[in-house]
Amino acid sequence: MSKRIVVDPITRIEGHLRIEAELDTQNTITKSYSSGTMVRGIEIILKGRDPREAWAFAQRACGVCTTVHAFASIRSVEDALKIQIPKAANIIRNMMIAQQYVHDHVMHFYHLQALDFVDVVSALKADPKKTSDIQQSISNWPNSSPGYFAEIQGKVKAIVESGQLSLFTNGYWGHPAYKLPPEINLLAVAHYLEALDWQAHVTKIHVIFGGKNPHPNFVVGGVPLPINMENDQALNAERLAIISESITKINDFINMVYLPDVLAIAPFYKEYAGLGEGLGNFLTWGEFPEGDIHDLSKLYVPRALILNRDLKNITVPDPRDMEKMKEFVSHSWYKYSQGNDVGLFPWKGETVFNYTGPKPPYEYLNVEEKYSWLKAPRWNETPVEVGPLARVLVMYAKGNQQAAELVELVLNKLNAPVSAVFSTLGRIAARAIETKLFGDLLPKYYGDLIAEIKAGNTKTFNGDKWDPISWPEHAEGFGFMEAPRGALGHWIVIDSGKISNYQMVVPTTWNGSPRDNKNQPGAYEASLVGTQMAIPDQPLEILRTIHSFDPCLACAIHMIDAEGKSVAEVGTGFNVCLT
Amino acid sequence: MYGSNRKIVLGLGNTLNRDEGLGVHCLEPLRQRLRDPGEVEILDGGVLGMNLLPFVEASSHVLILDAIDARKPPGTVIELTREEIPLHSQIKMSDHQVTFQEVLQFASMRGKLPGYLHLIGAQPQDISVGYGMSPAIEAVVPVMIDRAVRVLEDWDLISPV
Repeated sequence: MSKRIVVDPITRIEGHLRIEAELDTQNTITKSYSSGTMVRGIEIILKGRDPREAWAFAQRACGVCTTVHAFASIRSVEDALKIQIPKAANIIRNMMIAQQYVHDHVMHFYHLQALDFVDVVSALKADPKKTSDIQQSISNWPNSSPGYFAEIQGKVKAIVESGQLSLFTNGYWGHPAYKLPPEINLLAVAHYLEALDWQAHVTKIHVIFGGKNPHPNFVVGGVPLPINMENDQALNAERLAIISESITKINDFINMVYLPDVLAIAPFYKEYAGLGEGLGNFLTWGEFPEGDIHDLSKLYVPRALILNRDLKNITVPDPRDMEKMKEFVSHSWYKYSQGNDVGLFPWKGETVFNYTGPKPPYEYLNVEEKYSWLKAPRWNETPVEVGPLARVLVMYAKGNQQAAELVELVLNKLNAPVSAVFSTLGRIAARAIETKLFGDLLPKYYGDLIAEIKAGNTKTFNGDKWDPISWPEHAEGFGFMEAPRGALGHWIVIDSGKISNYQMVVPTTWNGSPRDNKNQPGAYEASLVGTQMAIPDQPLEILRTIHSFDPCLACAIHMIDAEGKSVAEVGTGFNVCLT
Repeated sequence: MYGSNRKIVLGLGNTLNRDEGLGVHCLEPLRQRLRDPGEVEILDGGVLGMNLLPFVEASSHVLILDAIDARKPPGTVIELTREEIPLHSQIKMSDHQVTFQEVLQFASMRGKLPGYLHLIGAQPQDISVGYGMSPAIEAVVPVMIDRAVRVLEDWDLISPV
């Protein structure tokens, strides 16, 4: 007799996600269903607008993903209109993208994922001296004295006693699946708090290159900031020095805190190196163009498709392939004009809401019918996973030496075979590995930028095709960004100078998709099968694996609630929701 | 851009969900009204969530403009003083996403909650997908601006307008 449990909402993510799982008598998950319960409608808002302004709307859909949508949007317009950006602008963009990864991944690890593995309350039992010894053995991070950790412990104690523990939202303190000794729990809590201070430093790259903060500026054709050493409104020597200092702070934290913490925590959870994989299919659009964006050989993270874990026969997916790149809505609350089971290529995509689910409050979704606001993107009718694990696998398989060394480092620490990377822990480790790789790109790109400036190549904007008179009557474009969560694509169609269609296929749609026309599960759904739960109504095991994907269904709705209760249930409401 | 003791007016909300963007839509009219803003910075916080923590923690004065759900008729203007903003209630909003209340909680926990904190908002009517506000809420903007100016005057940050 199977039973079904519902986890709604999945806490500590951006946005609103519901998981329903069927358990056998041993409490092992046999089937699971992922439902995005908030709708996104940005595509509707963009129709009829000036393509040069699309980024400003796209970045508003989500507070976490502003940069990634802005970049994918301007790249889609540049692709459609065949605009080449100046070399210095490309380097600046790459630096902004690298910074975005690092910032996002560190905050995800400490604020959204760590509490699945770190028991905050247990930290109170730690001996600060021992925590200090551990810290000093794993890195040269200066905050390492017994006194420092005793002080942190005091803070945690005050928080617990004041009843403000809700801040560390919804941890299952004392759950038997927590395995860390108190001393490592204390270490991680200290770094959880330090990450908050660190984030103030890391955004400086965006503030300077984007010209303002919050909500930096972007521009089709380059970057909005001119380079001029004599002008205090431009990128000048003073601002370059701030960026250089910021890069050092970013990398110190990665090298001395984040990466060592992941390596210290992972060995206590080795069972997660054997579960949580799911599909075994992976896709990347690629990132960090180190030359013309259309030259795929110049992408630092290659564009690639991996099927059935086969790292020897990697192919290159073409986002313009109208036969292979399709979104399905067989189990999604949308309506296609050509029927329920067809797939649509994004340039031909449709966004028509069609909620057929139960009226809330409800017990279960009808998973045989439509059950999610996420569409089901598929590559050649095959579900794929996107994100850090996909990227690290591709870099590893394509001979990125540093990536291979970092993968070996983690595997040695776990004393595990290569196959262990196809797992929940593999995903978490991959996030840390690529943070290190991309953090190291920052000083390299900074050096490249200085070299360009010294050579007099200070142009940052190409305005040749700014005027719509220079545009063709009809144009189609694809813009991508490997967002921290995975492959993001914007497909744009421009007619008579205005947007006539716009579709985003975002990482969480790939990973969190419901079943498709062939009833194939998405990545989240597949990843949970086989996981045994210790206490079914405390679904820590589900959170660990789902969080390892870093879901972002972040939504528009964030209103301050004067009564301090849940904002009115928005399950079937029409709210923008993205990546 | 990175001082301390900043004095900020922070407009919050998502402009892609009609009235949800009220706080952001108030910023431009406020900017025009304050011919001499002095030290006051007018910032568009959007839905940036935790990314706003550094701004809040670096500020001595924070005036928040936002849509507020108080189960009141649409257009009702609501003001909350520093003490009235629900920081430690049985919060459920974190279920949805990292919200601005959580940002305030973090600042409070870290002992960095601004000494001067005030919120002005209004009950929205229509938060469906779309750009631009409903007429009823559009009409509330001047009221919000009047109240915002009064708060800034009370804080001695601007000369009487």
